[in-house]
Amino acid sequence: MKNALGSVDTVLLLGGRSEIGLATAELLVRAGARTVVLATRPTPVTASRPAGADGPAAGAADREGGGDAHHNGPVGRLARLGAEVHEIDFDAAHPETHAKVIDTAVRLAGDLDVVIAAFGVLGDQAAYEDDPVSAAESMAVNLGGHVSAGLSVARRLREQGHGTLVVLSSVAGVRVRRANFVYGAAKAGLDGFAQGLGDALHGSGARVMVVRPGFVRGRMTKGLPAAPMATTPAEVAVAIVQGLRDGSPVVWVPRGLRLVFTAMRVLPRTLWRRLPR
Amino acid sequence: MTFLTGWGRTAPTPATLVAPRTVAELAALVAGSPPRGLIARGLGRAYGDAAQNAGGLVADLTRLEPRWSLDPATGVVTASGGTSLHDLMTGLVPKGWFVPVTPGTRHVTVGGAVAADVHGKNHHLDSSFGAHLRSLTLLTADGTTRVLTPSDEAFWATVGGMGLTGVVVEASFGCVPIETSRVAVEVTRTRDLDHTLEVMAATDDGHRYTVAWVDLLTRGARMGRGVLTRGDHARRDEIPHAGDPLAFAPAARVAAPPWAPDGLLNQVTVRAFNQAWYAKARERRVIQDIAPFFHPLDFMEGWNRMYGSRGFVQYQFAVPFGAEGTLRRVVSRLSAEGVVSFVPVLKRFGPGTPGMLSFPLPGWTLALDIPAGLPGLARLLRVFDTWVAEAGGRLYLAKDARMRAELLPVMYPRLAEWARIRRRLDPEGVFRSDLARRLGL
Ligand SMILES: Cc1cc2nc3c(=O)[nH]c(=O)nc-3n(C[C@H](O)[C@H](O)[C@H](O)COP(=O)(O)OP(=O)(O)OC[C@H]3O[C@@H](n4cnc5c(N)ncnc54)[C@H](O)[C@@H]3O)c2cc1C
Repeated sequence: MKNALGSVDTVLLLGGRSEIGLATAELLVRAGARTVVLATRPTPVTASRPAGADGPAAGAADREGGGDAHHNGPVGRLARLGAEVHEIDFDAAHPETHAKVIDTAVRLAGDLDVVIAAFGVLGDQAAYEDDPVSAAESMAVNLGGHVSAGLSVARRLREQGHGTLVVLSSVAGVRVRRANFVYGAAKAGLDGFAQGLGDALHGSGARVMVVRPGFVRGRMTKGLPAAPMATTPAEVAVAIVQGLRDGSPVVWVPRGLRLVFTAMRVLPRTLWRRLPR
Repeated sequence: MTFLTGWGRTAPTPATLVAPRTVAELAALVAGSPPRGLIARGLGRAYGDAAQNAGGLVADLTRLEPRWSLDPATGVVTASGGTSLHDLMTGLVPKGWFVPVTPGTRHVTVGGAVAADVHGKNHHLDSSFGAHLRSLTLLTADGTTRVLTPSDEAFWATVGGMGLTGVVVEASFGCVPIETSRVAVEVTRTRDLDHTLEVMAATDDGHRYTVAWVDLLTRGARMGRGVLTRGDHARRDEIPHAGDPLAFAPAARVAAPPWAPDGLLNQVTVRAFNQAWYAKARERRVIQDIAPFFHPLDFMEGWNRMYGSRGFVQYQFAVPFGAEGTLRRVVSRLSAEGVVSFVPVLKRFGPGTPGMLSFPLPGWTLALDIPAGLPGLARLLRVFDTWVAEAGGRLYLAKDARMRAELLPVMYPRLAEWARIRRRLDPEGVFRSDLARRLGL
């Protein structure tokens, strides 16, 4: 249960290797959370683009690398902070399994106080344009997976009468850009879905918090030139925890992006198209 | 669905609020194994989440077969669990009886008083509510009622058990004979915390009711200065002859404004209040009515709204005798950080009851109301928790809204024993509350 000063007991991270998700879980554990469930894609099919992790390249090292890496990885780190850590299988591309994933998490953790949906793939726009099937697959993870997982989470939170689903959207979905419109379109859909889900849960005691980070320097964006107002996973995590405490429905990271995007939204399309990247 | 909070107005959760009129009706609800469980609720005066049950059932007990009776020969009262101490006093006082223990508000139920094993200003001599109980009728998870006496272990799992062993549908307890409805009160000021402790230790036992208010915003040499209030039920010859000596008519309640600006209680306003309060408290002897002496806050309806939209937490801990150093550390840290707490109260506890989760232990207890929005509060209180646990002390579950579950078995060494009895009484965990979920009870 959330306590009077806003700290929580249980955290479920969908996308158990997400840097932002793990950084958030760590802060929540430091503030008193006792149980963390990391829902992670079982064994990546290819080493380069695992779905179910926030980052393409980095992925599965923690679980692949055997005991040591496991101990030194996020599981070990959270456990050393005093949390009981569970790992369960979760594949964003298999929506038919999602309800069961949530049941398993509930069996392990009890009520879910905070669920962080942080899975997704960035991918490469040019590659998507060359290979439409891969584009559809990424869409199935970045949007479809969130729809099935999010609805399964919402059903549980509604029953509980409390809990927050944190959805990692992106400013990329606020106004979709030519440079990454497959990814951006998925985020646009996700953002809309998350807002609608939040409305659907209104009055149930459960909530949805939409997080809109700008460019986040991390595994996922390695090698890409940073955009203005770039942030880090740690900064996003701090903003998420603050947002949870304040009960904010939407969190922009950094906060100034909200203003920037208010302007971006009304920028004429001819200009928007020509923005670099 | 109804959103409920405790008195501190933090962490609301929705539940289906039911108000059974008969024990049979309540038994049917319990036996129906509600998927998210059920918890009894009295008048919602627990500060935290003890009488909340997110997504489940909350049974308002105040309308359950309301009745009480007094045996005038023995002074034993038998009352339904939802009877309020206010109603009892209204009936008992004119007959020359007083409840054995009253908390700082009359607006609590008998069931709530049992579940929290409440203490009053007479703890140093009379222990807590549980010590005065003769028997309890408990509705348990299988939908049956059983009568428990102090020789049953289930009795002592229920006293202080925060409603998690079952619903107290009736309780019998001994009352105190009184000659008048007035209290003879002595007010004394103390110089600093050590002086406060010293005077209390030396003179407490000479008075049935004692309590100290401590000023936490004063630093340096005067840190922890206090106003000590000691009282006894007044004898007939101590009060003016005119009027009914046993009249009990608490002043009509005024309502607090429906909302208060956040930050109304801040360092400036509270410091000014403290200054005035301390200055006003000249050495004196006065005769007071029951209500202003025992329940000064009840005068204002809904005063808990004064803390603003984020609500407030009460931090109440007890440490054993010999751990005065811990008390001093907490007070000096609070005063160093300028933590705003309105009317902090210090009490000297006497012997506890065998209640496995009962809060009072022989020693000192300090209770503080702090606005929940205060920056850094979570961290500060976590530090205090550790100090208190290390000193062999504990936090009061009826007031808690934020402690960490890990410390519970340290603070309550008989927790495992309690859990065993509770599992026997309620194997499926029908009785459940937000407090229970939060602390893994
Ligand atoms: C202004 C103020 C001053 C206070 N001062 C003191 C004090 O001096 N000393 C002290 O000890 N406490 C004090 N308290 C706390 C209060 O006495 C306890 O929280 C008490 O339990 C509240 O009773 P209630 O009927 O409102 O119960 P609720 O707050 O409704 O419920 C509290 C707990 O009791 C359980 N419960 C209620 N009814 C039953 C029942 N029939 N059967 C089983 N379980 C039941 C609930 O499940 C819950 O766990 C104070 C509170 C306030 C607001």
